[in-house]
Amino acid sequence: MNKSGEISGTHFMLGNHAIVEGAIAAGCRYFAGYPITPASEIVERMSRRMPEVGGRFIQMEDEMGAIFSVIGASLAGAKAMTATASAGFNYMQEGIGLAATIEVPCVIVDVPRTRQDIQPTESDIMQVKWGASGDYETICLVASSIQEAFDLTVEAFNFAEKYRNPVVLISEANISHMRGRLEIPERNRIKVVNRKPATGPPEDYLPFRAGENGVPAMSSFGEGYRVLYTHNPHDERGRILNVEADPDGYEKLYDKICGKITRDTDEIARFETRFLDDADLAVVSYGTESSSALEAVIRARSESIKAGYVKLTTVWPVPERLLRDVAEKVEKIIVPEMNMGKYVNEVKRVSCGEADVIPLSKNNGEIHSPEEILKRMRGESG
Amino acid sequence: MKPHPNVKFLRKGVLPHQFCPGCGCGQVLNYLIYAMQELNLDMDKVVLLGGVGCNSRIPVYMNTEVVHGTHGRTLAWATGIRLANPELKVIVVTGDGDCVSIGTNHFVQAARRNLDVTVILVNNGIFGMTGGQAAPTTPLGSRTSTSPMGSMENAFDLCKLAETAGATYVSRWTTAHPRSAIRSIKKGIEHKGFSFIEMVSQCPTYFGRYVLKIPIEKPLEYLLWLRNNSITKEKTSQLSDEELKEKIVVGDFFEKRAQTLIERYQKMEKEVRV
Ligand code: SF4
Repeated sequence: MNKSGEISGTHFMLGNHAIVEGAIAAGCRYFAGYPITPASEIVERMSRRMPEVGGRFIQMEDEMGAIFSVIGASLAGAKAMTATASAGFNYMQEGIGLAATIEVPCVIVDVPRTRQDIQPTESDIMQVKWGASGDYETICLVASSIQEAFDLTVEAFNFAEKYRNPVVLISEANISHMRGRLEIPERNRIKVVNRKPATGPPEDYLPFRAGENGVPAMSSFGEGYRVLYTHNPHDERGRILNVEADPDGYEKLYDKICGKITRDTDEIARFETRFLDDADLAVVSYGTESSSALEAVIRARSESIKAGYVKLTTVWPVPERLLRDVAEKVEKIIVPEMNMGKYVNEVKRVSCGEADVIPLSKNNGEIHSPEEILKRMRGESG
Repeated sequence: MKPHPNVKFLRKGVLPHQFCPGCGCGQVLNYLIYAMQELNLDMDKVVLLGGVGCNSRIPVYMNTEVVHGTHGRTLAWATGIRLANPELKVIVVTGDGDCVSIGTNHFVQAARRNLDVTVILVNNGIFGMTGGQAAPTTPLGSRTSTSPMGSMENAFDLCKLAETAGATYVSRWTTAHPRSAIRSIKKGIEHKGFSFIEMVSQCPTYFGRYVLKIPIEKPLEYLLWLRNNSITKEKTSQLSDEELKEKIVVGDFFEKRAQTLIERYQKMEKEVRV
């Protein structure tokens, strides 16, 4: 542990703990949570680690309390995070809608789980993007290993700060509750992005004027900028929109808060591809399913099936360019998912009929085995 | 013409306000401004929070840092803001629907923690913005747009609720008691710990019309009703329980210096770092 309480080096660590260390490395100094399995280890470790690194932890009365206090802390200048699991995520939707609308950077970890048996699932894959009322965008990353749990937490903070937006990190229960090797680089070797601060005299500061990259600069409470943050539609100064005086106000606002993300989709897209060059069948996967998918693709290759592998790390915004390219290249795309078939519809939408998109759904708390994916590949090829 | 010296407390370009003629919100806004002015607060360090509802809109007109517009979550914001930067003065201006209907949990928990924040709860006994529906503060038997046969439910005594939950300064006045209201708001802002000031206020458009049957164009009658129906807590011993039921008891109910949440954190943090 260094002077500021941060750790580095090689560890054998629980996924949920790796997330905590990733957050600390990214500069998180405020955490609010509410206990829920299988995210509780994040809350527990944060309660010990925040005071060690000069941050603050609080266990709130419910998930709404957690997300809204995170928003408050972020407005006061802290990098802030909360963590929950599926049912708890439902409650946070209102806060995510607010954070997106008033452009507050924050990170929400979702450890999706089935009810009762608390097994992994990807049935939250749509609610992490579409859950709140109103027009908004979120960025969502999915971890598929202990190392990624750490790395992507850093990345989630960097995206949140860069885009002044809530970012969701999904860590399936089988990552969160697995122990594995984790390499934590020295502090100075971790890339950390901070929000662009407000500068200049307060009279000239427009807290909601799109700056470079479409993202406004952000002041912190107490710096003298006296910003009005309202969930209501607002103008660049933050004042509640007067539609008569500003008939385009709604469109400008929503184009800005959605556009800064959607127009930067390529920049935000994180993915991995293998064996695509001559492939005529691709498996598109995300999360822990991707390890089975890769294994299945490798075995298929040994059976002379021209299979390709695509792993999405960024699931929202949908990496459309990548998926379109894949659809143009191959005949068929198989999308294994731990749900009744959700994200497959996004792949279908983007493919525009260029490839046959086939769901491979399973929602019993288990990931697909390589054999299950391979069987489907055999069925679809030849 | 010279502008009013208190105009500097108002945010530029947000007027006219949205309150109905005769509404008490304007008075509470005014009392808050007087309190801040008399305390000579550093306005750069003040954060005002309002949720959703007519009363919760008061902060929108103020020239400080402000968060507004999500129903009932002000005290959760306040918790994050205070913990992240204890130098900020956080004042919540909320309504009965916002604070003790949808936001009750955050309210009682923040009081329990003795979070260092001032809550000014403007209580008009009804949901105003949405059209005069019954609230947890609506007196038993009142006819509202969702209790056409008369409300079936008891109303909260908000000061008792706050005190029981752990607030360390508790006071109630009405909009018809400007001097006392300003004094209490000042006291609340200066108080270390969770301070709660209930401002019983008039909603001529709904509570006045539906419950009190005061014509909408006569808000002065409403204000007089508030004044004449109030009794200071010192005088309550002269009335029977039955007589008291009809009265608004005003005054300072509770005051105590107790360790605040932030003070506890700071103490723990010193120990952790050693
Ligand atoms: S509805 Fe009632 S509380 Fe709301 S602005 Fe009108 S008078 Fe005031």
